[in-house]
Amino acid sequence: MPTNTNNRSPKAETVHSPLDIDRIKADFPILKEKVNNHRLVYLDSAATSQKPETVINAVTDYYRRKNANIHRGIHYLAEKATAAYELTRERVAGFIGGVDPSEVVFTRGTTEGINLIAYTWAEHNINEGDEIVITEMEHHANLVPWVVLAQKKKAALRRIPITICGHLDLSHIDDIITSKTKLVSVTHMSNVLGTINPVEEIARLAHRQGAVVLVDGAQAAPHMTVDVKAMDADFYVFSSHKMLGPTGVGVLYGKKHILESMPPFNMGGEMIREVRFDRVTWNEVPHKFEAGTPDIANVVAFEAALSYLELLGMDRIREHEIALTRYAIERLSELEGLEIQGPQEPELRGGAISFTDPTIHPHDISTFLDTRGIAIRAGHHCAQPLMRILGKVATARASLYIYNDEADVDALIEALIEMRRYFGA
Amino acid sequence: MSEPLDDMYRDIIMDHFRAPRGKQKLDHPDITSEGHNPACGDELEMQVELDNGTLKKIHVDCRGCAISVASGSMLAEIIKGRPLEEARRIAELVRKMLKGEEVELPDDLGDIDALRGVRQFPVRIKCALLSWVTLIEGLDNYEKGNKTTVKPATTEDDS
Repeated sequence: MPTNTNNRSPKAETVHSPLDIDRIKADFPILKEKVNNHRLVYLDSAATSQKPETVINAVTDYYRRKNANIHRGIHYLAEKATAAYELTRERVAGFIGGVDPSEVVFTRGTTEGINLIAYTWAEHNINEGDEIVITEMEHHANLVPWVVLAQKKKAALRRIPITICGHLDLSHIDDIITSKTKLVSVTHMSNVLGTINPVEEIARLAHRQGAVVLVDGAQAAPHMTVDVKAMDADFYVFSSHKMLGPTGVGVLYGKKHILESMPPFNMGGEMIREVRFDRVTWNEVPHKFEAGTPDIANVVAFEAALSYLELLGMDRIREHEIALTRYAIERLSELEGLEIQGPQEPELRGGAISFTDPTIHPHDISTFLDTRGIAIRAGHHCAQPLMRILGKVATARASLYIYNDEADVDALIEALIEMRRYFGA
Repeated sequence: MSEPLDDMYRDIIMDHFRAPRGKQKLDHPDITSEGHNPACGDELEMQVELDNGTLKKIHVDCRGCAISVASGSMLAEIIKGRPLEEARRIAELVRKMLKGEEVELPDDLGDIDALRGVRQFPVRIKCALLSWVTLIEGLDNYEKGNKTTVKPATTEDDS
């Protein structure tokens, strides 16, 4: 681990990471960029991650050597492109715990995955008087579709509250998940609080009532081992771009018998078996849900991202992030009055750390840090109901990933100290 | 040490941020308008008490960053005592100035010139706009005969 001896904390313990962060940093070309005459310190991976050289090269390599439309062409390139596209599907199936590749549907991202479920499965299975259960810590992507659907169907939207420590409060769960519940949709890891939710337990309770379980894995899949079979999720959705892969690609995992029972989402090419003027039959899953030409190049390049993550090992990534999150929380706590949201124990959370200063607004924090080359996120993080519960208009959020180290956290702390001096706070 | 930040966080702005004007809530407002910046969640409440077509009293309560709070405080200071027509004209001028148009501002607009530095930080322009857009929306609604804005004003996204 590289260390910066100038601004090391007297209290916080050195980070022992199982990863070689210097080597990892060297794989990410953007980290060599200067931002406002400073070394780029990228602490906004919860919004989107940076991309390693191998992923960037995979995109251009696809266009240079493999480009063709997939599945229908009978020629060399079409076969090559199809094989590369389907290879990613197999790799995803392995990555989430060894599911059947036909249970992996490519989407544009987590948001589209949730909307697909809302417009197909939920449209047909949720009726007046039914209940949909979400949590108070959902991202708008896993909130707005259900608010709208519940209104349209005259169904009730129920929510699992959070405790003051930022955990889900399951003490009254039997009153929330009931025989009326048709769907339980919950985030695996909060993008604001960092909380890792007990999705296995929630799935068990939901299934006992005959409900279907959707897990939003946008924040969890990049950072920890995901086993959709072990957690018994009926649907699991996530995005490529938060886990080193390109933008515009997402994954919807669904249990095969559920996917098969669902009507298609988009209509057009590829999703059909037979078309007549008076009748159409659907293709098999997953193709039924992949109408039109998908983002082939970026799906293909997503495979390089999965390879990179698997080479490091998801368990070692998690171990690194626990150690670095502990260090970051300890160091942030040295700043008097700074309020850190969510669980304080790094074992129970991910590396997205939201904080507020008693006098300096998150926007001003973000602008100041930017002049020092440090990228964080400021705002409501697409979780306005949660912000209201926390009593905040906005928070600043620093989020950690595989290419961050102690020196990045030290740079953040040093800049925050300087910021307080600047604003006279 | 001088740095680009100093253009935005001028002393005048920080002074308004630390001690915003117009904090006193009004008992009998004629115009109430709410502003909301969807990008960051900032919220602003504005009340105006009229006397013979003049903005006699104004209250601005902004839960936001230094720029949006300072901008709202300047608004309260500048707009107080002006006739409705003039208040609107000034608000439109300030909006144009913040959006990068070359406009001549009257001399009697107090500290408003200090906001010009915000234009170097494109993502922050909407913070400075919030209070002015809220005022314009409040005036629009008042003229249409609504005492209170029905839906919250938002800053324009194209800034």
